[in-house]
Amino acid sequence: MKIALIGQPNCGKSTLFNQVAGYKAETGNFPGTTVKYTESKVQVLGEKVDLVDLPGTYSLTGTNLAEKEVLRYLASHEVDVILNVVNATQLMQGLELSLELMELGKPMVIGVNMMDEAGRLGYDIDGPALREKLGVPVLPLVARRGRGIQKLFTTALRIGENGQSSQRIPFQNPSLEEAIADIAQYFDGKIEGWDPEALAIRLLEDGEEMQEQVEKEVPRVIPEIENKKQAIEKELGKEPLWAFSAERHILAQELTEQVLTKGEERMTWQARLDKAFLHPFWGYVLLLIVLWTFFQVVYKVGITLEDPLLAAFNALSAQLSQWIGSGSLLANVVVGGVQGIAGGAAIVLPYLIPFLVGMGFMEDVGYLPRVAFLMDALMRRLGLHGKAIVPFILGYGCSVPAVMSTRTLEEKRDRFLSATLATMIPCAARVAVIFGLVAYYLGSQVALGIYIYNLVVIAIVGRLLSNRFLKDTPGLILEVPPYRLPSGRTVFHKTWFRAREFILEAWPLLILGSMALELANHYRISDLLNTLLQPVTWVLGLPSAVGMPLIFGVLRKELSLVMLRQALGVMDFSNALSPVQMITFTIFVVFYIPCLATLAALRREFSTRDTVLIAGLSVVIAMVAALIARGFAYLIAPVLSFQI
Amino acid sequence: MRLVDVEQEQEVRIVDIQGGKGVARKLQQLSLMPGDRVRVTKRAPLRGPLLVEAHGRSVALGRGVAAKVEVEQISS
Repeated sequence: MKIALIGQPNCGKSTLFNQVAGYKAETGNFPGTTVKYTESKVQVLGEKVDLVDLPGTYSLTGTNLAEKEVLRYLASHEVDVILNVVNATQLMQGLELSLELMELGKPMVIGVNMMDEAGRLGYDIDGPALREKLGVPVLPLVARRGRGIQKLFTTALRIGENGQSSQRIPFQNPSLEEAIADIAQYFDGKIEGWDPEALAIRLLEDGEEMQEQVEKEVPRVIPEIENKKQAIEKELGKEPLWAFSAERHILAQELTEQVLTKGEERMTWQARLDKAFLHPFWGYVLLLIVLWTFFQVVYKVGITLEDPLLAAFNALSAQLSQWIGSGSLLANVVVGGVQGIAGGAAIVLPYLIPFLVGMGFMEDVGYLPRVAFLMDALMRRLGLHGKAIVPFILGYGCSVPAVMSTRTLEEKRDRFLSATLATMIPCAARVAVIFGLVAYYLGSQVALGIYIYNLVVIAIVGRLLSNRFLKDTPGLILEVPPYRLPSGRTVFHKTWFRAREFILEAWPLLILGSMALELANHYRISDLLNTLLQPVTWVLGLPSAVGMPLIFGVLRKELSLVMLRQALGVMDFSNALSPVQMITFTIFVVFYIPCLATLAALRREFSTRDTVLIAGLSVVIAMVAALIARGFAYLIAPVLSFQI
Repeated sequence: MRLVDVEQEQEVRIVDIQGGKGVARKLQQLSLMPGDRVRVTKRAPLRGPLLVEAHGRSVALGRGVAAKVEVEQISS
């Protein structure tokens, strides 16, 4: 038996899933998309049940890819029972989705979650009355505390075994029902899985996701749908989509009024927290404190793990190389492989994991939407909106999760622009270059200057791109849920699934690239690479030996510094590079082509074409930014008493 | 009157949502439709977004979005 778990965002659906699913959950993608679902086997009354956790969705009439895939999946034969989780503190909104789900005519159970929170708000919900009105089992739930879960699942199992389908509540307007009946008669059993009336409603509303299949299998219905749509619009003065959703909206409000009584509200600390965290001045001070603490913790954890791990891997590769015969081709390739593994295990994961834990925590506690609220005004100046702040924050840790996090943005232009800009944020690896070169030789003020310059360049690029090439962003529309205590389990699962994407997709590339690097070294092609990069190094006024480190910086950004020492043949950089050259080099490294792992992430989220575009753009930006910095450095050099 | 011009702590009723289908559909998904009462609970500084509450749900709306929402005073 297959039970599909569905609910609006912030309804506690994932908490419920993690309560029952344990750690054996598997994620998958809907075919041909990056839309994810999680599946797990669960024991209910001795029976094995497949539980599918679908992405949270406000409505089935949604326009984004995830919502379309969810709808298609729910209507398919695969799903035996729909388990709909509704947030008791937002009963009315939740019921709008429940009404849509009931239209699918599948066996269905509703779990009204967060009953404890609703109690604190003084809400009293009459479950039996709601059950009576909907004709679908309605059960109370406090998923966080595990209350009501057993009963919910036994009910779901029973409903699934009976095959007892939900009956939708008819629409008030007779023309809508007439149109549904007319269209539905074309379908009787013709489209796999779909209830004819459910499909009729979908197609009258929009039905984009079903259009192709219907055109192929029941072509004669297409003109009929168009006729009905026009007739409804003429009669009611609005498109069917709005006629249907307005009816659900009103019905959900009526139902809520009938079953929910509001008593005295006992919870005021939420409002008090928001008074501080969303304060026009203190809100920003708190934001800075939170972010500063977050980065400090991530950095401390990372560095504590990185050093010993890196030392261990270095010892291992030295051992292996000696054992195979140092200098031989095989030894070099093996060492390259070990270094690639070390890159992931010692350099990326020690920072990435605490980063993801921290982000998961901030997300579940409800702080991230507030950051989006606070930062919206600033992000709008970059041509984005508040929600796009997340990739930027993540970018300071590692560009890979930053790129992955753009998925939460609905518009393609917002995803593309925020990914492009977020890859220019100096990640932990680039911090190594900024600190190892600029801060070490020229002082921390100059390093800070590079950070500020970086933000200025990003702001200019964002503005230029969005003004010139992209259409306007529709702007911020984001639910701000109440603060909640996150569950460790949910944060753990989130971290694990996000880290796994790096492990499976970017890490293998890192290992291969590292082996290629050793091969290149073995055959001494550095002269060739330096010559190839001569135009770049010449324009930037850098020694041509810098060419090879720049190329290998694409593998891992901090490699450009490590290899620079080798390429220049010095231990002390000030013997080979002038301060201005150091600044130019660092700026170029910060902006040019994102590292291989990031390119892989970009390719997955967008396309090969977009990835090449972003990489190409980054080289242009890096050149311009480095040249401007070079000129500027000459100007300020006398003031800071640099040698040029 | 537009939602973007409503002062903090004021409650109004949505009359219409302008500017193409996109914004109206997104607001509809969050259960914000013409006829609904909304209260502006926060206004961010520097021409930032608005925080509005309707049916017990808080939603942050950017300036551009709030400018497309036509509202009327609730006559008590």
